[in-house]
Amino acid sequence: MIEIRRILQMKLINPIAIYVMWLREMKRFVRAKSRVIGTLAMPLFFLLFLGLGFTNMSLPDMPGNISYIDFLVPGIVGMTMLFTSMFAGISVLWDREFGFLKEIMVAPVSRVSLVLGRIAGGATTSVIQGIIILLISLLMGFKIPTFSGLVLAILFMVLISISFIGLGLIFASKMTDIHGFSLIMNFVVFPLFFLSGAIFPLENLPAVIRYISYLDPLTYGVDGLRGSLTGISQFPILQNITILVGFCLLMVSLGAYFFERTEVE
Amino acid sequence: MYAIRVKNLTMKFGGFVAVNRISFNVKKGELFGLLGPNGAGKTTTIKMLSTLLKPTSGYAEVAGFSILTQRDEIRNSIGIVFQDPALDNKLTGRENLEFHSMMYNQSRESRKKRIKEVLELVELTSKADILVENYSGGMKRRLEIARGLIHRPKVLFLDEPTLGLDAQTRRHIWDYIKKMSEEDVTIILTTHYMEEADYLCDRVAIIDSGKIVALDTPKNLKDSLGGDVISLEIPDQNSVEFEKELRGYEWVKGISKHDGFIDLKVENADKRIPKIIFLAQRFAINVESVNLRKPSLEDVFLQFTGKTIREREMSQNETRRRMMRRRMGG
Repeated sequence: MIEIRRILQMKLINPIAIYVMWLREMKRFVRAKSRVIGTLAMPLFFLLFLGLGFTNMSLPDMPGNISYIDFLVPGIVGMTMLFTSMFAGISVLWDREFGFLKEIMVAPVSRVSLVLGRIAGGATTSVIQGIIILLISLLMGFKIPTFSGLVLAILFMVLISISFIGLGLIFASKMTDIHGFSLIMNFVVFPLFFLSGAIFPLENLPAVIRYISYLDPLTYGVDGLRGSLTGISQFPILQNITILVGFCLLMVSLGAYFFERTEVE
Repeated sequence: MYAIRVKNLTMKFGGFVAVNRISFNVKKGELFGLLGPNGAGKTTTIKMLSTLLKPTSGYAEVAGFSILTQRDEIRNSIGIVFQDPALDNKLTGRENLEFHSMMYNQSRESRKKRIKEVLELVELTSKADILVENYSGGMKRRLEIARGLIHRPKVLFLDEPTLGLDAQTRRHIWDYIKKMSEEDVTIILTTHYMEEADYLCDRVAIIDSGKIVALDTPKNLKDSLGGDVISLEIPDQNSVEFEKELRGYEWVKGISKHDGFIDLKVENADKRIPKIIFLAQRFAINVESVNLRKPSLEDVFLQFTGKTIREREMSQNETRRRMMRRRMGG
């Protein structure tokens, strides 16, 4: 019996370790109310000010003649996913700063399980926050067309979230302190956000920048969200899913690869 | 039977040799100390033995497993209390322990029972359900010690367990460590506090600049000095002739000089003080104070390295600063 437990424990994917890491994220999430409010504030402001500001303006080139608020909400949900997920990935740095990373690293569990647990926890909290944003947008007059659309949107949220937690983990494994954090926010997160077509249609961009935006994985995430929540998307839903799943697998593998190699001072 | 066997273990960081071909064995159930100044290589040694760092060369076994090829098995058999806190401040004390217990795959029943036991051991039962961020430094350390024991490790590493704690808290921690060593566990601790090594350890390895310079029980180490220590305070004076004269007496077993003091190792020291003072006067040496004491591990360290542990730390900081400056190109 003990032997079986031991073998289970050592294998690459250890369900208990994944659960424990997830549970930890949940407990921290429930307690860190100010952090949650802090991270939700920015997407909320974008939603409120852009939404209210442009609501009575008729914008040219709106795909499918939808109102700006309908166009904006999926973008802001995507933004929430991006910000909260990157933050969840990079939060390894805080564990390093406060020493807790060492406790995790000497535990007799595979690092892959640690990464998966962290991703599971981060994705759950991110999706919860995305849904909060979605609920608030309902108050602003946004309508979710169908239940299946909502389910599809949640699938996109999960994919976006996992991808960017992976990306965050890569950065966190390569950085030794928290000073690079604002650099990443300014030079990675914001460009990814603005290039994704979250707040304006990509067709309005000059050709050069538009092609760059096609390299931004969040573009497909936002487009997929928009497709599932409003029925109007630039690319076919299946194409969005395929690209995101590919990016997602790449980020998770790289994140696990780099985390595996992390030295604890 | 040995719980730990270390053979020619070496760790180099670039050109700097942090641990230099050290070898030692720790018996099962022993409370073993690595004593030395900061930067002597104690923590690096612990990190290698606990599989956090791969050694540059050499070999070691912990609980019968190789640190080179059986890292997972070792992680399962050891507990570690790090030098700096490694707790999740946003969780309660009990949650930190539960987290650990689950990571080490304890069943629900043994988890509950064991957490209760270790909390009682470190007297944190009443504080178990408040967030760790509200703990004092001493409470955090106690919680970490408790955590290190939860999964009944065969070997427990304590890296500077009382660093930065006040004297009273330190005493408490010592008591817990003593109590702990009665459980079926081998403990290896690092410290740069002489009294700590002396009070706690069955055997002590004195480590300096990455090398073990002496290894024995605290009593044997002190006895090896052969007698008591008389310290003469003679600031800024040339005492070469005086020292030469003293060396001529067979009851003077050793002389060492350090920051304004001469330390004499002397048999029947109390009877020799008048003679020594008389000699000092003859050589026109102004003795400002005389101190007679039983030898401590500090004296042992002085004997083997020619410096007190504080001087050693100061000179090592200086070397490190110089290396740093060179690296920065300044």
